[in-house]
Amino acid sequence: MGVLPFFLFSGMFLIAPAIILAYRSLEGPDGTLTLDNYRALTSDTVVAAYSMSVRISLTTAVLGGVIGFFLAWAVSMGGLPGPFRSGLTTFSGVASNFAGVPLAAAFIFTLGRVGVVTALFELIGVDLYGSGFTIYSYWGLSLIYLFFQIPLMVLVMLPALDGLKRDWREAAENLGATPGQYWRRVALPVLLPSILGTMILLFGNAFGAHATAYALTGGLLPLATLLIGQQISGDVLNNPGLGYAVAMGMVFIMALSIFLYSVLQRRSERWLG
Amino acid sequence: MTISTAPIPVTTDTEPTAVPAKRNRFWAWVIIAFTALYFLVPLGATFWWSLRAEADKLGFEAYRRLFDDANFWPSFTESVINAIAAIFLSLLIIVPTAYWVTLRLPKLRPVVEFITLLPFVIPAVVLVFGLIRLYGRPPLLLTATYDSSRVLLVCAYAALSFPYMFRSVDNGLRAMDVRSLTEAAQSLGAGWPTILRRVIFPNLRVALLSGALLTFAIVIGELTIALFMAQQTFGPYMANLTRSKVYEPSAMAIVAFALTWAAMGTIALITRPGKRG
Repeated sequence: MGVLPFFLFSGMFLIAPAIILAYRSLEGPDGTLTLDNYRALTSDTVVAAYSMSVRISLTTAVLGGVIGFFLAWAVSMGGLPGPFRSGLTTFSGVASNFAGVPLAAAFIFTLGRVGVVTALFELIGVDLYGSGFTIYSYWGLSLIYLFFQIPLMVLVMLPALDGLKRDWREAAENLGATPGQYWRRVALPVLLPSILGTMILLFGNAFGAHATAYALTGGLLPLATLLIGQQISGDVLNNPGLGYAVAMGMVFIMALSIFLYSVLQRRSERWLG
Repeated sequence: MTISTAPIPVTTDTEPTAVPAKRNRFWAWVIIAFTALYFLVPLGATFWWSLRAEADKLGFEAYRRLFDDANFWPSFTESVINAIAAIFLSLLIIVPTAYWVTLRLPKLRPVVEFITLLPFVIPAVVLVFGLIRLYGRPPLLLTATYDSSRVLLVCAYAALSFPYMFRSVDNGLRAMDVRSLTEAAQSLGAGWPTILRRVIFPNLRVALLSGALLTFAIVIGELTIALFMAQQTFGPYMANLTRSKVYEPSAMAIVAFALTWAAMGTIALITRPGKRG
């Protein structure tokens, strides 16, 4: 009986909203069941939004994953003073949650047209905006997303790095392996599922992000989440059914990335558990 | 919604071996220096802006203007109340569920875990889309008035907190021997309400508090759902401010960062190994 409220509540506020979108996405203008809305996903607006979302998510997943991994390595195995690790852990908790409006604002003050760093570049004679850079772009948004992507990678990788057993390194060294060989042949293969899985998690994390991009551009950048937002406020696609299909496509991609993440995470537990 | 993780304390038992340690340390410093630059420059730049509201001198004028803004406190208080309501709603639902799943219905665990992950699968913007379409017209009309929309918003926030709340409570339950505690309480004649209130809840204090603080950090400045439900909460307020003012947004970003830091710092403090319970 104790679980009944949970199922009821989740049904009302998580599952039913998803189901109604799924149902509407299959409904034609005349109310009959059809796949036309999904066929219409190939329209230029939708493809542009999805491809921008995918590019930004891929970029920040790979960059955030690599940088986050090295950062986690630096504080767990780099021989730095102890406080660095707990400091970075707490900071990562903060930064991974510091998304949305304040984050967008912080980067506008840094790299916006009148941002501090933009001004510093001008001092040394580099005109960032004159040379085509803008924070309201693919690279600009990617740079901003890294602020929460890197910390998320750090938070997931730290425990994984701790799972590397000392015995493995010693065994490798006793057999004459160099540190490079140990990393290439032992540590990285063991860590790979976890690294890949977390990068996929980062991909989903960026893909579903709406608030930061909205606060930055007010919805002007072609992004899947922003497109859905515009579709809520007014039918910008001139086709309500297509809006539902765009939303479902998003759910599909998110579900796929969470699924792959959990499969890879489970696999990595074989060694690191 | 952005996926986030509470800082989970881990004990270090892997000390680096002596020989390559020096080279490692060099590269570790290089990595730390570059990433610190990336993370600290935006914060520093924002702080710098926030001190420049008065011409020709540095000061806290931007903060004064922010706190004096007619909409700051109302929207902030409204978000705090929403967050507290969502936290209690979430606790009320998740604690019994996690408890039952651990003790009596382990078969349901995969289903419950799957459902608590749904907020990651359904992005906030899609969730609010569905909520508006579902509750925006009869027979389930909930978006008719500001207050009924607010109820819907709080319910959505509670649902968004499920992944964090469930994991936090579940970890807390695993850390204690639920079965023995329950049986001991039962043999002393305690009923279920008493067991939950006097045995389980006190043992879960740290887990509940971390889940609550994390939920608070996420909900307090939430923009997407509040925006499309036309709620005058802190998130939409901050978005408006960013568009309409010059210096106040920098003060606002610093305040928001400090708030997040306070929530996360408290979690780190209370979950530190050795301070459990």
